[in-house]
Amino acid sequence: MQLDIRLPMGLLFLILGVILVAYGLFSDPAIYAQHSLGQNVNLLWGVIFALFGGVMLFLSRRKG
Amino acid sequence: MHVYALSPLLAVAGSMDKPTAPSSVLLQLATVDYLILAIYFAFVIGIGWVIRRYMKTSSDYFESGRSLPAWICALGFIGANLGAQEVMGMAASGAKYGIATSHFYWIGAIPAMVFVGIFMMPFYYGSKARSVPEYLKMRFDEKTRTFNALSFAVMTVFSSGISMFALAKLLNAILGWNFDACIVISSLIVLVYIYTGGLTSAIYNEVLQFFLIVLGFLPLVLLGLKDIGGWDGLMKNLDGYSAAKGMPGAWSHSWAHMGNPADNPIGIEWFGLIVGLGFVMSFGYWCTDFLVIQRAMAAKNMNSARRTPLIAAIPKMLFPALVILPGMLAIGLYYKGGTASMPLPIAADGNPDYNMVVPAMLAKYFPHGMLGIGLTALMASFMSGMAGNVTAFNTVWTYDLYQRWFNKNASDAHLIKVGRLTTIVGLLISAVCAYAAAKFNNIMDMLQLVFGFVNAPLFATFLLGMFWRRSNGHGAFFGLLIGTISAAIFQGSTIAMGETPSLLKGGWLGIHHTFSSSMAQNFWMAICAFTGCFVGTLVISLATAPNRTNEELRGLVYSLTDKPKEEAGTPWYSRPMPLGLLVLAGALVLNIIFW
Repeated sequence: MQLDIRLPMGLLFLILGVILVAYGLFSDPAIYAQHSLGQNVNLLWGVIFALFGGVMLFLSRRKG
Repeated sequence: MHVYALSPLLAVAGSMDKPTAPSSVLLQLATVDYLILAIYFAFVIGIGWVIRRYMKTSSDYFESGRSLPAWICALGFIGANLGAQEVMGMAASGAKYGIATSHFYWIGAIPAMVFVGIFMMPFYYGSKARSVPEYLKMRFDEKTRTFNALSFAVMTVFSSGISMFALAKLLNAILGWNFDACIVISSLIVLVYIYTGGLTSAIYNEVLQFFLIVLGFLPLVLLGLKDIGGWDGLMKNLDGYSAAKGMPGAWSHSWAHMGNPADNPIGIEWFGLIVGLGFVMSFGYWCTDFLVIQRAMAAKNMNSARRTPLIAAIPKMLFPALVILPGMLAIGLYYKGGTASMPLPIAADGNPDYNMVVPAMLAKYFPHGMLGIGLTALMASFMSGMAGNVTAFNTVWTYDLYQRWFNKNASDAHLIKVGRLTTIVGLLISAVCAYAAAKFNNIMDMLQLVFGFVNAPLFATFLLGMFWRRSNGHGAFFGLLIGTISAAIFQGSTIAMGETPSLLKGGWLGIHHTFSSSMAQNFWMAICAFTGCFVGTLVISLATAPNRTNEELRGLVYSLTDKPKEEAGTPWYSRPMPLGLLVLAGALVLNIIFW
């Protein structure tokens, strides 16, 4: 196969994850009280996105 | 084909009024949300751009060169179907019908997906046909193929138009975006990545979109569950809601209230459900619709092609948690705290506007950041719905209609050009359909009805074609016609409770039976069409001479084809049969748990 889909997919989720984490760190905590039951979902879910992206990148690189 | 897949989408499309500037918007986006949207679409287009240089032959462009691994095809297989109709429509049904909506999965999709993988894929893939209509030509004759290719081409292009319309309408309603701009931009994005990368591009983007929807919607479900007090809290509120609706317990059980159509909100009894939805409609869609079969036919070998629907069935049977649960949560929260806790818009009939369940949940639980993710996932699902239809359309047009009827000796390079041009034309027609849908709501309902007539009988043709070698071309073609006509007559002589007779609702031949819901009327119409086609094909085949020799039928019919053999040492989970049985067992367990 020509292009391993896991490469762009890993990059995309890693970038989105980093954006979510950064936004989660610097945004006003009031928005989490208003929307997501006080949970900083951006921070939490950003980490999950980034981890998923990282795993995909690792898998795409593993076989060279 | 889309007879059941489409209906929730039409509900979405039909629920909103003409596209005007809305008085108040439900969602406001922040910079970070726009950034997320922009990055996603940059990737989508980028993928098409990178793989365009691998598009050397028409097989690369239309069939991904039959080179993809099973897991990618499998995610494409469900991704192509995970359009807006699933995300928005299933949530709407979850609110409207409760857990019983899962019948579309656990009795609908799963058994059919197992059947196509184990029993039918050997003929689709093994025949080397490039499309489903082409298989019909090899097995039966040219007229059966052309009939199927034409109806399929028209249907896909309209379906794509409906996705486009629903997307533009939704963005207009919840974000206040310009309707025309949404149509233009969404078709341009789809155009660029299909034009450049063909089927591979579409499948890759379906894979991306699959993960985006799963990861993007999971927190919505988790937050909703937490808010309502976990599963027990949800059940308590749903029981309260169903009691208030006069059907105690109906929202929290899938089978317990299926004895009588009056006891459940779907308005259907178990027999019509199992035979109509579980057998005729689902098998008709998952086993014959080229839109999904095309994904499996892109696999790199027979084993991968057969495993494609089986692997796809595993996430598919867990999807209710992702797409139906949000609807159930929304209605539970709505009941729990009145409109203050879950502000669902109210529709004209006084019930909550079920189609706005997903946007309302997004608005309530997602702060900026995750809101961008949720909205991107929603838009991606609309677009991959369009892209799936467009890739199926350009393949059928190019191979089954253009190459056959207009240019038999077309060179391979010429076919790619035709395919690319067809992509443009297909999207233009889709846009016209989108505007037609915006202007005349009835056109779309009418078309959906006609598609239903044409598609309901199809599975009988394939079943007899693949498993009865005596069935022949005349039998298949006229059997299909008989099935279609039976469907029309059935629809014309029945009606759903509370409807007035019309071309659209039925009863125009006089009312001989009244169903308790239009869903029940649809299921029984499908049963009637299937039976008409089955008997018609059987009788006409026996009355006319076979038009294919046994030698010609080798590889196309069960009794004349060697059973696919797995290489020695293939582990059990890579063998279709054990995998299929495992999937069926899983679906059975889910049915029992949520009985």
